[in-house]
Amino acid sequence: MTVKKLTKGNIALAEGAIQAGCRFYFGYPITPQNDIPEYLAKHLPEVGGTFIPAESEIASINMVLGAGASGERAMTSSSGPGISLMQEGLSYLAGSEIPGLVVNIMRCGPGLGGIAPTQGDYTQAVHGGGHGDYRNIVLAPASVQEMFDLTIKAFELADRYRMVSIILADAMVGQFQEPCRLTPEKPIVMPDKPWALRGRQGRNPQLLKSLYLGPGEQEAHNLDLQKKYAEVQKNEVLCEEKFLDDAEIMIVAFGTPSRIAKTAIRMAREQGIRVGLLRPITLFPFPSEQVRAHSARIGKVLVVEMNTGQMLYDVKIAAHKDAAISFYGRPGGGIPFPNEVLAEIRKALE
Amino acid sequence: MNRIFSRSECLTDTPTHFCPGCTHGIAHRLVAEAIEELGVADRAIGIPGVGCCVFLYYYIPIDTLEAPHGRAPAVATGMKRAQPDKIIFNYQGDGDMAAIGTSEIIHAANRGENITVIYVNNSVYGMTGGQMAPTTLLGQQTTTSPYGRNFETEGYPIRMAEMLATLEGVAYSARVSLHRPKNVMQAKKAIVKAFEMQINKMGFTMVEILSTCNTNWRVSPTEALDVIENEMIPYFPLGVFKERTGKDFL
Repeated sequence: MTVKKLTKGNIALAEGAIQAGCRFYFGYPITPQNDIPEYLAKHLPEVGGTFIPAESEIASINMVLGAGASGERAMTSSSGPGISLMQEGLSYLAGSEIPGLVVNIMRCGPGLGGIAPTQGDYTQAVHGGGHGDYRNIVLAPASVQEMFDLTIKAFELADRYRMVSIILADAMVGQFQEPCRLTPEKPIVMPDKPWALRGRQGRNPQLLKSLYLGPGEQEAHNLDLQKKYAEVQKNEVLCEEKFLDDAEIMIVAFGTPSRIAKTAIRMAREQGIRVGLLRPITLFPFPSEQVRAHSARIGKVLVVEMNTGQMLYDVKIAAHKDAAISFYGRPGGGIPFPNEVLAEIRKALE
Repeated sequence: MNRIFSRSECLTDTPTHFCPGCTHGIAHRLVAEAIEELGVADRAIGIPGVGCCVFLYYYIPIDTLEAPHGRAPAVATGMKRAQPDKIIFNYQGDGDMAAIGTSEIIHAANRGENITVIYVNNSVYGMTGGQMAPTTLLGQQTTTSPYGRNFETEGYPIRMAEMLATLEGVAYSARVSLHRPKNVMQAKKAIVKAFEMQINKMGFTMVEILSTCNTNWRVSPTEALDVIENEMIPYFPLGVFKERTGKDFL
Protein backbone atom coordinates (compact mmCIF):
# COMPACT_ATOMS: atom_id res chain seq x y z
CA MET A 1 0.00 0.00 0.00
CA THR A 2 1.27 3.46 -0.82
CA VAL A 3 1.87 5.52 2.29
CA LYS A 4 0.48 9.02 2.17
CA LYS A 5 1.52 11.77 4.51
CA LEU A 6 -0.37 14.96 5.34
CA THR A 7 1.81 17.51 3.55
CA LYS A 8 1.74 21.19 2.70
CA GLY A 9 1.83 22.01 -1.03
CA ASN A 10 5.07 23.98 -0.91
CA ILE A 11 6.77 21.21 1.07
CA ALA A 12 5.61 18.57 -1.40
CA LEU A 13 7.12 20.65 -4.18
CA ALA A 14 10.44 21.04 -2.35
CA GLU A 15 10.62 17.31 -1.55
CA GLY A 16 9.74 16.55 -5.17
CA ALA A 17 12.69 18.66 -6.29
CA ILE A 18 15.10 16.74 -4.06
CA GLN A 19 13.73 13.42 -5.29
CA ALA A 20 14.01 14.63 -8.90
CA GLY A 21 17.76 14.96 -8.33
CA CYS A 22 17.84 18.73 -7.97
CA ARG A 23 20.90 19.57 -5.88
CA PHE A 24 21.06 23.33 -6.41
CA TYR A 25 18.63 25.87 -5.03
CA PHE A 26 19.11 29.64 -5.18
CA GLY A 27 16.50 32.03 -3.87
CA TYR A 28 15.42 35.19 -2.10
CA PRO A 29 12.63 35.30 0.51
CA ILE A 30 9.11 36.31 -0.47
CA THR A 31 5.69 35.26 0.83
CA PRO A 32 3.83 32.94 0.09
CA GLN A 33 6.61 30.57 -0.97
CA ASN A 34 9.07 30.73 1.96
CA ASP A 35 8.39 27.13 2.98
CA ILE A 36 10.23 26.03 -0.16
CA PRO A 37 13.65 27.66 0.55
CA GLU A 38 13.34 26.90 4.26
CA TYR A 39 12.76 23.20 3.58
CA LEU A 40 15.58 23.03 1.05
CA ALA A 41 18.02 24.96 3.27
CA LYS A 42 17.56 22.19 5.82
CA HIS A 43 17.37 19.15 3.57
CA LEU A 44 19.58 19.85 0.53
CA PRO A 45 22.80 19.63 2.60
CA GLU A 46 21.69 16.17 3.78
CA VAL A 47 21.98 14.90 0.20
CA GLY A 48 25.14 16.83 -0.66
CA GLY A 49 23.25 19.66 -2.30
CA THR A 50 23.87 23.40 -2.35
CA PHE A 51 21.55 26.08 -1.02
CA ILE A 52 22.47 29.72 -1.54
CA PRO A 53 20.39 32.54 -0.03
CA ALA A 54 20.96 34.85 -3.00
CA GLU A 55 21.15 38.64 -2.77
CA SER A 56 18.23 39.09 -5.17
CA GLU A 57 15.99 37.22 -7.56
CA ILE A 58 18.18 38.55 -10.38
CA ALA A 59 21.14 36.75 -8.83
CA SER A 60 19.02 33.65 -8.12
CA ILE A 61 18.03 33.07 -11.73
CA ASN A 62 21.59 33.70 -12.93
CA MET A 63 22.90 31.15 -10.44
CA VAL A 64 20.37 28.73 -11.94
CA LEU A 65 21.85 29.63 -15.33
CA GLY A 66 25.38 28.83 -14.13
CA ALA A 67 24.46 25.54 -12.45
CA GLY A 68 22.16 24.57 -15.33
CA ALA A 69 24.94 25.22 -17.86
CA SER A 70 27.05 22.83 -15.78
CA GLY A 71 24.49 20.11 -16.52
CA GLU A 72 22.96 20.03 -13.03
CA ARG A 73 19.29 20.14 -12.09
CA ALA A 74 18.90 23.57 -10.50
CA MET A 75 15.96 25.68 -9.36
CA THR A 76 14.71 28.85 -7.79
CA SER A 77 11.33 29.85 -6.40
CA SER A 78 9.64 33.15 -5.80
CA SER A 79 6.43 35.10 -6.25
CA GLY A 80 5.16 38.10 -8.29
CA PRO A 81 7.73 40.88 -7.78
CA GLY A 82 10.61 38.39 -7.62
CA ILE A 83 9.47 36.59 -10.77
CA SER A 84 9.34 39.96 -12.53
CA LEU A 85 13.02 40.49 -11.65
CA MET A 86 13.87 37.09 -13.11
CA GLN A 87 12.46 37.81 -16.57
CA GLU A 88 15.83 38.96 -17.93
CA GLY A 89 17.42 35.70 -16.82
CA LEU A 90 14.54 33.60 -18.15
CA SER A 91 15.06 35.13 -21.58
CA TYR A 92 18.80 34.29 -21.48
CA LEU A 93 18.10 30.73 -20.33
CA ALA A 94 15.68 30.33 -23.24
CA GLY A 95 18.07 31.87 -25.74
CA SER A 96 21.02 29.74 -24.59
CA GLU A 97 18.80 26.65 -24.21
CA ILE A 98 19.77 25.96 -20.62
CA PRO A 99 17.22 23.99 -18.56
CA GLY A 100 16.09 24.95 -15.08
CA LEU A 101 13.05 25.11 -12.81
CA VAL A 102 11.37 28.32 -11.69
CA VAL A 103 8.53 28.09 -9.19
CA ASN A 104 6.01 30.92 -8.93
CA ILE A 105 3.64 30.68 -5.98
CA MET A 106 1.62 33.63 -7.19
CA ARG A 107 0.73 36.69 -5.17
CA CYS A 108 -1.58 39.47 -6.24
CA GLY A 109 -0.42 42.39 -8.33
CA PRO A 110 0.27 44.78 -9.86
CA GLY A 111 3.03 46.14 -7.65
CA LEU A 112 3.67 44.73 -4.23
CA GLY A 113 0.10 43.44 -4.16
CA GLY A 114 -1.21 41.03 -1.56
CA ILE A 115 -0.52 37.45 -0.57
CA ALA A 116 -3.97 35.93 -1.01
CA PRO A 117 -4.49 33.22 -3.68
CA THR A 118 -4.55 34.58 -7.22
CA GLN A 119 -3.68 33.66 -10.81
CA GLY A 120 -2.61 37.06 -12.11
CA ASP A 121 0.72 35.83 -13.50
CA TYR A 122 -0.70 33.50 -16.17
CA THR A 123 0.14 35.84 -19.04
CA GLN A 124 3.63 36.54 -17.72
CA ALA A 125 4.42 32.83 -17.38
CA VAL A 126 2.72 31.54 -20.53
CA HIS A 127 3.20 34.37 -22.99
CA GLY A 128 6.57 35.76 -22.09
CA GLY A 129 7.53 38.38 -19.59
CA GLY A 130 11.10 38.56 -20.82
CA HIS A 131 12.28 39.89 -24.16
CA GLY A 132 12.36 37.96 -27.41
CA ASP A 133 10.49 35.13 -29.14
CA TYR A 134 10.56 32.35 -26.59
CA ARG A 135 8.39 30.04 -24.51
CA ASN A 136 8.63 28.36 -21.12
CA ILE A 137 7.05 25.05 -20.24
CA VAL A 138 4.37 25.95 -17.68
CA LEU A 139 2.80 23.41 -15.32
CA ALA A 140 -0.18 24.22 -13.11
CA PRO A 141 -0.70 21.91 -10.12
CA ALA A 142 -4.12 21.82 -8.46
CA SER A 143 -3.32 19.53 -5.52
CA VAL A 144 -0.52 18.79 -3.07
CA GLN A 145 0.12 15.51 -4.90
CA GLU A 146 0.58 17.41 -8.14
CA MET A 147 2.97 19.83 -6.44
CA PHE A 148 5.16 16.77 -5.87
CA ASP A 149 4.60 14.90 -9.13
CA LEU A 150 4.67 17.89 -11.48
CA THR A 151 7.93 19.15 -9.97
CA ILE A 152 9.57 15.90 -11.01
CA LYS A 153 7.85 16.16 -14.40
CA ALA A 154 9.03 19.76 -14.74
CA PHE A 155 12.69 18.76 -14.36
CA GLU A 156 12.26 15.92 -16.87
CA LEU A 157 10.67 18.20 -19.47
CA ALA A 158 13.23 20.97 -18.88
CA ASP A 159 16.08 18.56 -19.52
CA ARG A 160 14.40 16.85 -22.48
CA TYR A 161 13.80 20.12 -24.34
CA ARG A 162 16.56 22.26 -22.81
CA MET A 163 13.95 24.76 -21.65
CA VAL A 164 12.91 26.44 -18.44
CA SER A 165 9.97 24.81 -16.70
CA ILE A 166 7.76 27.01 -14.57
CA ILE A 167 5.51 25.66 -11.84
CA LEU A 168 2.68 28.19 -11.69
CA ALA A 169 0.63 27.69 -8.54
CA ASP A 170 -1.71 29.86 -6.52
CA ALA A 171 -1.11 30.37 -2.81
CA MET A 172 -3.99 28.02 -1.93
CA VAL A 173 -2.22 25.11 -3.63
CA GLY A 174 1.06 26.19 -2.04
CA GLN A 175 -0.27 26.59 1.47
CA PHE A 176 -2.92 23.95 2.06
CA GLN A 177 -2.31 20.44 3.32
CA GLU A 178 -3.48 17.17 1.79
CA PRO A 179 -2.43 13.54 2.01
CA CYS A 180 0.46 13.08 -0.42
CA ARG A 181 2.54 10.17 -1.67
CA LEU A 182 6.09 11.47 -1.33
CA THR A 183 7.75 8.92 -3.60
CA PRO A 184 8.14 9.21 -7.39
CA GLU A 185 5.68 7.36 -9.59
CA LYS A 186 8.56 5.95 -11.62
CA PRO A 187 12.34 5.83 -11.15
CA ILE A 188 14.20 9.07 -11.79
CA VAL A 189 16.52 8.89 -14.79
CA MET A 190 19.19 11.56 -15.13
CA PRO A 191 19.78 12.22 -18.84
CA ASP A 192 23.17 12.73 -20.46
CA LYS A 193 23.93 16.36 -21.25
CA PRO A 194 26.71 16.41 -23.82
CA TRP A 195 26.09 20.13 -24.38
CA ALA A 196 26.96 21.04 -20.77
CA LEU A 197 30.05 23.13 -20.05
CA ARG A 198 32.39 21.01 -17.96
CA GLY A 199 35.76 21.99 -19.41
CA ARG A 200 37.03 21.05 -22.85
CA GLN A 201 38.92 17.92 -21.74
CA GLY A 202 38.58 15.19 -24.36
CA ARG A 203 36.59 17.27 -26.81
CA ASN A 204 36.49 20.63 -28.58
CA PRO A 205 35.62 23.77 -26.61
CA GLN A 206 31.88 24.36 -26.22
CA LEU A 207 29.89 27.55 -25.96
CA LEU A 208 26.46 28.40 -24.62
CA LYS A 209 25.27 31.77 -25.84
CA SER A 210 22.34 33.81 -27.04
CA LEU A 211 24.16 36.48 -29.05
CA TYR A 212 23.91 35.98 -32.82
CA LEU A 213 25.19 38.92 -34.86
CA GLY A 214 25.94 37.31 -38.23
CA PRO A 215 23.48 37.85 -41.09
CA GLY A 216 20.53 35.51 -40.66
CA GLU A 217 21.99 33.76 -37.61
CA GLN A 218 19.49 35.09 -35.11
CA GLU A 219 16.56 34.32 -37.40
CA ALA A 220 17.78 30.74 -37.90
CA HIS A 221 18.19 30.37 -34.13
CA ASN A 222 14.66 31.70 -33.52
CA LEU A 223 13.21 29.30 -36.09
CA ASP A 224 15.05 26.38 -34.46
CA LEU A 225 13.57 27.37 -31.10
CA GLN A 226 10.10 27.52 -32.65
CA LYS A 227 10.56 23.99 -34.05
CA LYS A 228 11.37 22.80 -30.55
CA TYR A 229 8.33 24.58 -29.10
CA ALA A 230 6.15 22.91 -31.76
CA GLU A 231 7.49 19.52 -30.61
CA VAL A 232 6.59 20.39 -27.03
CA GLN A 233 3.10 21.40 -28.16
CA LYS A 234 2.71 18.12 -30.08
CA ASN A 235 4.04 15.77 -27.39
CA GLU A 236 3.56 17.17 -23.93
CA VAL A 237 0.01 18.46 -23.44
CA LEU A 238 -1.51 17.36 -20.14
CA CYS A 239 -5.07 18.03 -19.05
CA GLU A 240 -7.82 16.54 -16.94
CA GLU A 241 -11.15 15.94 -18.71
CA LYS A 242 -14.09 15.24 -16.41
CA PHE A 243 -17.83 14.73 -16.99
CA LEU A 244 -17.50 15.98 -20.56
CA ASP A 245 -19.25 13.13 -22.39
CA ASP A 246 -22.80 14.28 -21.67
CA ALA A 247 -22.01 17.92 -20.84
CA GLU A 248 -24.13 20.79 -22.07
CA ILE A 249 -21.50 23.27 -20.90
CA MET A 250 -17.76 22.94 -20.30
CA ILE A 251 -15.85 24.80 -17.59
CA VAL A 252 -12.17 25.50 -18.32
CA ALA A 253 -10.17 26.22 -15.17
CA PHE A 254 -6.71 25.49 -13.75
CA GLY A 255 -5.33 25.38 -10.20
CA THR A 256 -7.65 26.20 -7.31
CA PRO A 257 -10.58 27.39 -9.49
CA SER A 258 -10.70 23.88 -11.02
CA ARG A 259 -11.27 22.49 -7.51
CA ILE A 260 -14.02 25.03 -6.88
CA ALA A 261 -15.49 24.21 -10.29
CA LYS A 262 -15.72 20.53 -9.34
CA THR A 263 -17.88 21.42 -6.34
CA ALA A 264 -20.03 23.67 -8.54
CA ILE A 265 -20.34 20.84 -11.10
CA ARG A 266 -21.52 18.42 -8.40
CA MET A 267 -24.10 20.96 -7.21
CA ALA A 268 -25.22 21.56 -10.81
CA ARG A 269 -25.54 17.87 -11.59
CA GLU A 270 -27.65 17.36 -8.44
CA GLN A 271 -30.00 19.89 -10.04
CA GLY A 272 -29.89 18.12 -13.41
CA ILE A 273 -27.54 20.56 -15.13
CA ARG A 274 -24.88 18.59 -17.01
CA VAL A 275 -21.59 20.41 -16.60
CA GLY A 276 -18.12 19.12 -17.53
CA LEU A 277 -14.59 20.26 -16.73
CA LEU A 278 -11.47 20.66 -18.79
CA ARG A 279 -8.50 21.41 -16.52
CA PRO A 280 -5.25 22.34 -18.30
CA ILE A 281 -2.31 20.87 -16.37
CA THR A 282 0.19 22.19 -18.88
CA LEU A 283 -0.49 25.87 -19.65
CA PHE A 284 2.28 25.79 -22.24
CA PRO A 285 1.77 23.60 -24.15
CA PHE A 286 -1.90 24.61 -23.88
CA PRO A 287 -4.50 21.87 -24.53
CA SER A 288 -5.78 23.75 -27.58
CA GLU A 289 -6.84 20.64 -29.49
CA GLN A 290 -8.89 19.39 -26.54
CA VAL A 291 -10.54 22.79 -26.09
CA ARG A 292 -11.35 22.92 -29.79
CA ALA A 293 -12.80 19.41 -29.96
CA HIS A 294 -14.91 19.65 -26.81
CA SER A 295 -16.13 23.18 -27.53
CA ALA A 296 -17.16 22.13 -31.05
CA ARG A 297 -19.30 19.32 -29.61
CA ILE A 298 -20.58 20.98 -26.42
CA GLY A 299 -21.01 24.51 -27.78
CA LYS A 300 -20.88 26.40 -24.49
CA VAL A 301 -17.73 27.23 -22.52
CA LEU A 302 -17.30 28.97 -19.15
CA VAL A 303 -13.76 30.03 -18.24
CA VAL A 304 -13.17 30.49 -14.49
CA GLU A 305 -9.96 32.12 -13.25
CA MET A 306 -8.67 34.02 -10.24
CA ASN A 307 -7.78 37.00 -12.43
CA THR A 308 -9.60 39.24 -14.88
CA GLY A 309 -9.34 36.84 -17.82
CA GLN A 310 -5.88 35.75 -18.92
CA MET A 311 -6.16 32.08 -19.89
CA LEU A 312 -9.45 33.24 -21.43
CA TYR A 313 -7.51 34.46 -24.47
CA ASP A 314 -5.95 31.05 -25.07
CA VAL A 315 -9.36 29.42 -24.75
CA LYS A 316 -10.84 31.90 -27.24
CA ILE A 317 -8.07 31.22 -29.75
CA ALA A 318 -8.43 27.46 -29.36
CA ALA A 319 -12.22 27.15 -29.18
CA HIS A 320 -14.44 26.28 -32.12
CA LYS A 321 -15.62 29.42 -33.90
CA ASP A 322 -19.26 28.73 -33.08
CA ALA A 323 -18.70 28.10 -29.38
CA ALA A 324 -20.21 30.61 -26.94
CA ILE A 325 -17.57 31.58 -24.40
CA SER A 326 -18.28 33.30 -21.11
CA PHE A 327 -15.98 34.22 -18.27
CA TYR A 328 -16.09 34.47 -14.51
CA GLY A 329 -13.06 35.80 -12.66
CA ARG A 330 -12.12 37.15 -9.25
CA PRO A 331 -8.83 39.08 -9.19
CA GLY A 332 -6.64 40.42 -6.41
CA GLY A 333 -7.11 37.61 -3.91
CA GLY A 334 -10.83 37.12 -4.44
CA ILE A 335 -11.72 33.41 -4.45
CA PRO A 336 -14.84 32.31 -6.38
CA PHE A 337 -17.43 30.47 -4.31
CA PRO A 338 -19.06 27.37 -5.84
CA ASN A 339 -22.48 29.04 -5.77
CA GLU A 340 -21.05 31.99 -7.73
CA VAL A 341 -19.76 29.58 -10.36
CA LEU A 342 -23.13 27.80 -10.39
CA ALA A 343 -24.87 31.13 -10.99
CA GLU A 344 -22.53 31.78 -13.93
CA ILE A 345 -23.30 28.31 -15.32
CA ARG A 346 -27.03 29.09 -15.18
CA LYS A 347 -26.48 32.47 -16.82
CA ALA A 348 -24.44 30.90 -19.64
CA LEU A 349 -27.16 28.32 -20.28
CA GLU A 350 -29.98 30.86 -20.46
CA MET B 1 66.72 29.09 -34.26
CA ASN B 2 65.42 29.58 -30.74
CA ARG B 3 61.86 30.77 -30.49
CA ILE B 4 61.64 33.17 -27.56
CA PHE B 5 58.03 34.32 -27.96
CA SER B 6 54.97 32.82 -29.58
CA ARG B 7 51.23 32.98 -29.44
CA SER B 8 49.82 31.11 -26.47
CA GLU B 9 48.22 27.79 -27.29
CA CYS B 10 45.21 29.17 -25.45
CA LEU B 11 44.81 31.96 -27.99
CA THR B 12 43.22 31.27 -31.37
CA ASP B 13 44.60 32.59 -34.65
CA THR B 14 41.66 34.95 -35.16
CA PRO B 15 41.72 38.50 -36.56
CA THR B 16 40.85 40.78 -33.66
CA HIS B 17 37.55 42.66 -33.60
CA PHE B 18 38.91 45.18 -31.12
CA CYS B 19 39.77 48.67 -32.38
CA PRO B 20 43.42 49.33 -33.25
CA GLY B 21 45.06 50.63 -30.07
CA CYS B 22 42.65 48.92 -27.68
CA THR B 23 44.43 46.96 -24.95
CA HIS B 24 41.67 44.35 -24.53
CA GLY B 25 43.73 42.12 -26.83
CA ILE B 26 46.67 42.27 -24.45
CA ALA B 27 44.39 41.41 -21.54
CA HIS B 28 43.11 38.41 -23.54
CA ARG B 29 46.67 37.29 -24.20
CA LEU B 30 47.64 37.54 -20.54
CA VAL B 31 44.60 35.51 -19.48
CA ALA B 32 45.36 32.91 -22.16
CA GLU B 33 49.00 32.68 -21.09
CA ALA B 34 48.04 32.31 -17.45
CA ILE B 35 45.60 29.49 -18.28
CA GLU B 36 48.22 27.75 -20.40
CA GLU B 37 51.08 28.14 -17.91
CA LEU B 38 48.98 26.89 -15.03
CA GLY B 39 47.92 23.89 -17.11
CA VAL B 40 44.19 24.38 -16.53
CA ALA B 41 42.88 24.92 -20.08
CA ASP B 42 40.97 21.63 -20.05
CA ARG B 43 39.13 22.55 -16.87
CA ALA B 44 38.84 26.32 -17.26
CA ILE B 45 35.46 27.86 -18.09
CA GLY B 46 35.18 31.51 -19.08
CA ILE B 47 32.16 33.67 -18.38
CA PRO B 48 32.35 36.98 -20.25
CA GLY B 49 30.01 39.86 -19.50
CA VAL B 50 28.23 42.00 -22.06
CA GLY B 51 29.98 44.65 -24.15
CA CYS B 52 33.35 44.48 -25.89
CA CYS B 53 34.36 41.65 -23.55
CA VAL B 54 31.63 39.25 -24.74
CA PHE B 55 33.64 37.86 -27.66
CA LEU B 56 36.14 36.19 -25.35
CA TYR B 57 35.20 32.91 -27.04
CA TYR B 58 36.54 34.10 -30.38
CA TYR B 59 40.01 34.19 -28.92
CA ILE B 60 40.35 31.78 -25.99
CA PRO B 61 39.41 28.23 -27.05
CA ILE B 62 37.95 26.91 -23.81
CA ASP B 63 34.38 26.23 -22.66
CA THR B 64 32.55 29.55 -22.45
CA LEU B 65 29.20 30.72 -21.14
CA GLU B 66 27.59 34.06 -21.93
CA ALA B 67 26.14 35.89 -18.94
CA PRO B 68 23.51 38.63 -18.93
CA HIS B 69 24.82 42.17 -18.47
CA GLY B 70 26.41 42.50 -15.04
CA ARG B 71 25.31 39.07 -13.85
CA ALA B 72 28.51 37.13 -14.55
CA PRO B 73 29.46 36.83 -10.84
CA ALA B 74 26.08 35.21 -10.07
CA VAL B 75 26.39 32.91 -13.09
CA ALA B 76 29.93 32.00 -12.00
CA THR B 77 28.63 31.31 -8.49
CA GLY B 78 26.13 28.76 -9.81
CA MET B 79 28.75 27.17 -12.03
CA LYS B 80 31.53 27.02 -9.43
CA ARG B 81 29.22 25.52 -6.80
CA ALA B 82 28.20 22.89 -9.35
CA GLN B 83 31.79 22.22 -10.44
CA PRO B 84 34.19 23.17 -7.62
CA ASP B 85 37.09 21.43 -9.38
CA LYS B 86 36.85 23.70 -12.43
CA ILE B 87 38.65 27.03 -12.86
CA ILE B 88 35.91 29.57 -13.38
CA PHE B 89 36.57 33.16 -14.34
CA ASN B 90 34.57 36.23 -15.28
CA TYR B 91 35.80 38.72 -17.83
CA GLN B 92 33.85 41.92 -17.31
CA GLY B 93 34.10 45.56 -18.33
CA ASP B 94 33.47 48.57 -16.11
CA GLY B 95 29.99 49.25 -17.46
CA ASP B 96 29.15 45.61 -16.83
CA MET B 97 30.61 45.26 -13.35
CA ALA B 98 30.73 48.74 -11.83
CA ALA B 99 27.25 49.86 -12.94
CA ILE B 100 24.54 47.31 -13.72
CA GLY B 101 26.37 44.48 -11.95
CA THR B 102 27.38 46.05 -8.62
CA SER B 103 25.00 43.91 -6.62
CA GLU B 104 26.19 40.64 -8.15
CA ILE B 105 29.92 41.44 -7.84
CA ILE B 106 29.69 42.63 -4.22
CA HIS B 107 27.77 39.61 -3.03
CA ALA B 108 29.84 37.06 -4.95
CA ALA B 109 32.93 38.68 -3.43
CA ASN B 110 31.38 38.83 0.01
CA ARG B 111 30.46 35.14 -0.10
CA GLY B 112 34.08 34.47 -0.96
CA GLU B 113 33.12 32.55 -4.07
CA ASN B 114 36.26 30.77 -5.25
CA ILE B 115 36.28 32.42 -8.67
CA THR B 116 38.53 34.89 -10.49
CA VAL B 117 37.21 38.12 -11.94
CA ILE B 118 39.14 39.93 -14.65
CA TYR B 119 37.79 43.47 -14.65
CA VAL B 120 38.73 45.66 -17.60
CA ASN B 121 38.28 49.34 -16.74
CA ASN B 122 38.46 51.77 -19.65
CA SER B 123 36.23 54.41 -18.03
CA VAL B 124 33.48 54.29 -20.69
CA TYR B 125 30.85 52.01 -22.23
CA GLY B 126 32.97 50.99 -25.22
CA MET B 127 30.78 48.80 -27.43
CA THR B 128 27.76 51.10 -27.33
CA GLY B 129 29.80 54.10 -28.42
CA GLY B 130 31.51 55.69 -25.43
CA GLN B 131 28.81 56.71 -22.98
CA MET B 132 29.59 57.82 -19.42
CA ALA B 133 30.19 54.98 -16.94
CA PRO B 134 30.50 55.09 -13.13
CA THR B 135 34.27 54.93 -13.76
CA THR B 136 34.40 57.96 -16.09
CA LEU B 137 36.92 60.48 -14.75
CA LEU B 138 35.86 63.88 -13.46
CA GLY B 139 35.81 66.32 -16.34
CA GLN B 140 35.97 63.51 -18.90
CA GLN B 141 33.82 64.20 -21.94
CA THR B 142 31.77 61.31 -23.26
CA THR B 143 28.70 61.10 -25.50
CA THR B 144 26.48 61.29 -22.42
CA SER B 145 28.65 63.69 -20.43
CA PRO B 146 29.32 66.16 -23.26
CA TYR B 147 30.22 68.92 -20.79
CA GLY B 148 32.55 66.67 -18.83
CA ARG B 149 31.66 64.55 -15.83
CA ASN B 150 30.62 66.78 -12.94
CA PHE B 151 30.73 65.35 -9.41
CA GLU B 152 27.79 67.51 -8.37
CA THR B 153 25.46 65.82 -10.83
CA GLU B 154 27.15 62.51 -11.74
CA GLY B 155 29.12 61.73 -8.61
CA TYR B 156 32.68 60.46 -8.47
CA PRO B 157 34.38 57.62 -10.35
CA ILE B 158 33.97 54.33 -8.48
CA ARG B 159 37.06 52.45 -7.34
CA MET B 160 36.13 48.77 -7.44
CA ALA B 161 39.47 47.23 -6.42
CA GLU B 162 39.60 49.26 -3.20
CA MET B 163 35.92 48.71 -2.44
CA LEU B 164 36.06 44.93 -2.87
CA ALA B 165 39.23 44.78 -0.78
CA THR B 166 37.14 45.78 2.26
CA LEU B 167 35.10 42.57 2.05
CA GLU B 168 36.16 39.61 4.20
CA GLY B 169 35.42 37.09 1.45
CA VAL B 170 37.99 38.60 -0.89
CA ALA B 171 41.35 36.82 -1.10
CA TYR B 172 43.01 39.05 -3.67
CA SER B 173 42.18 42.45 -5.12
CA ALA B 174 44.64 44.33 -7.28
CA ARG B 175 44.74 47.04 -9.92
CA VAL B 176 47.17 46.83 -12.82
CA SER B 177 47.55 48.60 -16.14
CA LEU B 178 48.55 47.76 -19.70
CA HIS B 179 49.99 51.09 -20.84
CA ARG B 180 53.72 50.25 -20.59
CA PRO B 181 55.58 46.95 -21.14
CA LYS B 182 56.58 46.92 -17.46
CA ASN B 183 52.94 47.25 -16.47
CA VAL B 184 51.93 44.46 -18.84
CA MET B 185 54.41 42.16 -17.08
CA GLN B 186 53.03 43.19 -13.68
CA ALA B 187 49.50 42.61 -14.95
CA LYS B 188 50.48 39.11 -16.05
CA LYS B 189 51.84 38.35 -12.57
CA ALA B 190 48.62 39.57 -10.94
CA ILE B 191 46.44 37.47 -13.25
CA VAL B 192 48.55 34.36 -12.66
CA LYS B 193 48.43 35.05 -8.92
CA ALA B 194 44.64 35.33 -8.96
CA PHE B 195 44.24 32.03 -10.86
CA GLU B 196 46.75 30.32 -8.57
CA MET B 197 44.81 31.42 -5.53
CA GLN B 198 41.64 30.02 -7.07
CA ILE B 199 43.43 26.72 -7.76
CA ASN B 200 44.45 26.72 -4.08
CA LYS B 201 40.83 27.38 -3.07
CA MET B 202 41.65 30.61 -1.26
CA GLY B 203 38.48 32.49 -2.18
CA PHE B 204 37.43 35.38 -4.38
CA THR B 205 40.11 37.00 -6.54
CA MET B 206 39.81 40.11 -8.68
CA VAL B 207 42.24 41.89 -11.00
CA GLU B 208 41.23 45.32 -12.24
CA ILE B 209 43.01 46.20 -15.47
CA LEU B 210 43.22 49.81 -16.64
CA SER B 211 42.71 49.60 -20.38
CA THR B 212 42.59 52.02 -23.30
CA CYS B 213 39.54 52.96 -25.35
CA ASN B 214 41.22 55.37 -27.72
CA THR B 215 38.29 55.26 -30.15
CA ASN B 216 35.82 56.57 -27.61
CA TRP B 217 38.34 58.75 -25.82
CA ARG B 218 38.88 60.41 -29.23
CA VAL B 219 42.68 60.18 -28.99
CA SER B 220 45.38 58.28 -30.87
CA PRO B 221 46.54 54.86 -29.59
CA THR B 222 49.78 56.31 -28.23
CA GLU B 223 48.01 59.28 -26.64
CA ALA B 224 45.66 56.81 -24.99
CA LEU B 225 48.58 55.16 -23.24
CA ASP B 226 49.53 58.57 -21.84
CA VAL B 227 45.94 59.15 -20.73
CA ILE B 228 46.25 56.06 -18.55
CA GLU B 229 49.56 57.31 -17.12
CA ASN B 230 48.55 60.92 -16.56
CA GLU B 231 44.82 60.84 -15.95
CA MET B 232 43.63 57.39 -14.91
CA ILE B 233 46.40 56.23 -12.58
CA PRO B 234 46.32 59.40 -10.42
CA TYR B 235 42.66 58.56 -9.62
CA PHE B 236 42.89 54.75 -9.94
CA PRO B 237 46.22 53.96 -8.27
CA LEU B 238 47.93 50.71 -9.17
CA GLY B 239 48.66 48.18 -6.46
CA VAL B 240 47.53 45.19 -4.45
CA PHE B 241 44.76 46.20 -2.07
CA LYS B 242 44.28 42.84 -0.47
CA GLU B 243 46.14 39.56 -0.55
CA ARG B 244 45.54 36.61 1.71
CA THR B 245 48.69 34.76 2.59
CA GLY B 246 46.93 31.61 3.75
CA LYS B 247 43.45 30.41 4.46
CA ASP B 248 43.25 33.10 7.14
CA PHE B 249 39.49 33.18 7.35
CA LEU B 250 37.87 34.63 10.43
